[in-house]
Amino acid sequence: MGTILELRHVNSWYKIKSKNPFQSNATRKKQVLKDISFSIQEGEILGLVGESGCGKSTLAKTILGFIKDVDGTIVRGTDQMQMIFQDPYGSLNPSKTIGWILEEPLRMQGKTDREMRREKVEKMLKKVGLEPSYYNRYPRELSGGQRQRVSIAIALIQGSKLILADEPVSALDVTIQKQIMELMLSLQEELGLTYLFISHDLNVIYQMCDRVMVMKNGRIVEIGDVEQVYTKPKSDYTKKLLEASC
Amino acid sequence: MKYIIKKIGTLILTLFIISFLSFLAFQIIPGDAALSRLGTDATPEQVEALREEMGLNAPMLVRYGNWLKDFVSGDFGTSYSYNMPVSEMLAGKLPITLVLTALSFLLILAISIPLGLFTGSREGSRLDRATMMANQVLMSIPGFFLGILITAVLGLGMKLFIPGAYVSYREDFGGFLYYLIFPAIAIALPKCAMGVKMLRSSVIGQLHMDYVRTAYSKGNSQHRVMYHHILKNAMIPVLTFWALTISDIVANSIIIEQVFTIPGLGSMLIQSISNRDYPVVQAIIVMVAGLVVVINFLVDLLYTKIDPRVTIE
Repeated sequence: MGTILELRHVNSWYKIKSKNPFQSNATRKKQVLKDISFSIQEGEILGLVGESGCGKSTLAKTILGFIKDVDGTIVRGTDQMQMIFQDPYGSLNPSKTIGWILEEPLRMQGKTDREMRREKVEKMLKKVGLEPSYYNRYPRELSGGQRQRVSIAIALIQGSKLILADEPVSALDVTIQKQIMELMLSLQEELGLTYLFISHDLNVIYQMCDRVMVMKNGRIVEIGDVEQVYTKPKSDYTKKLLEASC
Repeated sequence: MKYIIKKIGTLILTLFIISFLSFLAFQIIPGDAALSRLGTDATPEQVEALREEMGLNAPMLVRYGNWLKDFVSGDFGTSYSYNMPVSEMLAGKLPITLVLTALSFLLILAISIPLGLFTGSREGSRLDRATMMANQVLMSIPGFFLGILITAVLGLGMKLFIPGAYVSYREDFGGFLYYLIFPAIAIALPKCAMGVKMLRSSVIGQLHMDYVRTAYSKGNSQHRVMYHHILKNAMIPVLTFWALTISDIVANSIIIEQVFTIPGLGSMLIQSISNRDYPVVQAIIVMVAGLVVVINFLVDLLYTKIDPRVTIE
């Protein structure tokens, strides 16, 4: 068990285009992440909690390298990282079949054998709890929970070990939420996955994660074992969050 | 299958109504074929005799019935002014207009698809702003005026072609195609402007969709996202526009053929109208209308291919 991801003193910025027509080229920068340091061990589920706009999604994008304006050190123990997004309705291309959507990452890896690809996709569908017959279905024929299963399958099909899940269950009903969480836990055990699990819901974090980070205004205010943080919170902000959710 | 039968039924009904209306229009406008054939010097007796001979004195519905009966059995009638079977006259002219239409349409697709995708994906860039400005100008220029401009600049100025020196496709197909490129540009440019504008805004709409983010997170390059994910979805609302464009091209080509002195269906139609040569006019109108209806039908079928959410019932 080694460290799969480590961040040391990471800062990141967004550029904001000036709305002033007389300075159309002037851009202002807004700092989003402030001095972020943490690490994730292989096979661990690390929760990330905080209110909307505190920089949770930006942190995930920074780790994936989507954000250009970054300083600090990011040590990635793997090249293979994938993200699972919140909205299961918009995140699948409406004009492609589930089979096409899942095969695309394989095609890009250069796996050209059709039969092999199909077999792999059907296996993956089974793994996330969908019938292989979903291969020829379109996203609109699936429910929200089923779509989120497809999103998980997309993230796993290339064999990625580190999954950044950005509010993967927030858009779902409570019962479906539970099913998806159970699926993610069993997949983690089966495939030895590591999750960075982003949520604003403290209950969800409690059920899913080994450790938790609390973020406020781009800073990590507290990090530790879930049990410890929930029973003996150190920072006032964590206390306030816990009080609000109970 | 049921849908296709229904569509064909509508097609026949549409053509029936159109042919009747154009027949009716000929009753309302003054002048007739006998008069235009004999000229103004003819005595009323001569005109009357010719009218009787041509069957113009029968009641309108009877004449329409006769025309329809012949038309359905494949006999398009005989031209009054040329004493020649209409089908023979059409057979010579139809290829010209069809090639001009096809050429214009291909030009529209070839220009507006790449430019629409490019400007849509780089909203606000210099090229985007320049294109938008050019669009504004092109959309407000009528096709025939653009035709005159092209004749003056590309023809007389840059000597790329000789205005009026139409080459028949029977003699030299290459030269024929080359001559048709210039009228095709005149027809295509205003439509391109519209096409670019529509595809651009459609692409911009698609770019904000979440599935685009998913596509990027799978590791797709921008190029692949554009052509494998966005293009098809962005095409769906633009498809109808392109279908309508084809009927517009046919209508426009009638005028543009005049500007470039191309002896196609358009010039034949205008001449036949002034000669009150209604068998020819009827045949052209029914054919053009048929073409438009068939194209719309094909687009409906295409929709079910391109958009899985559409099914035909």
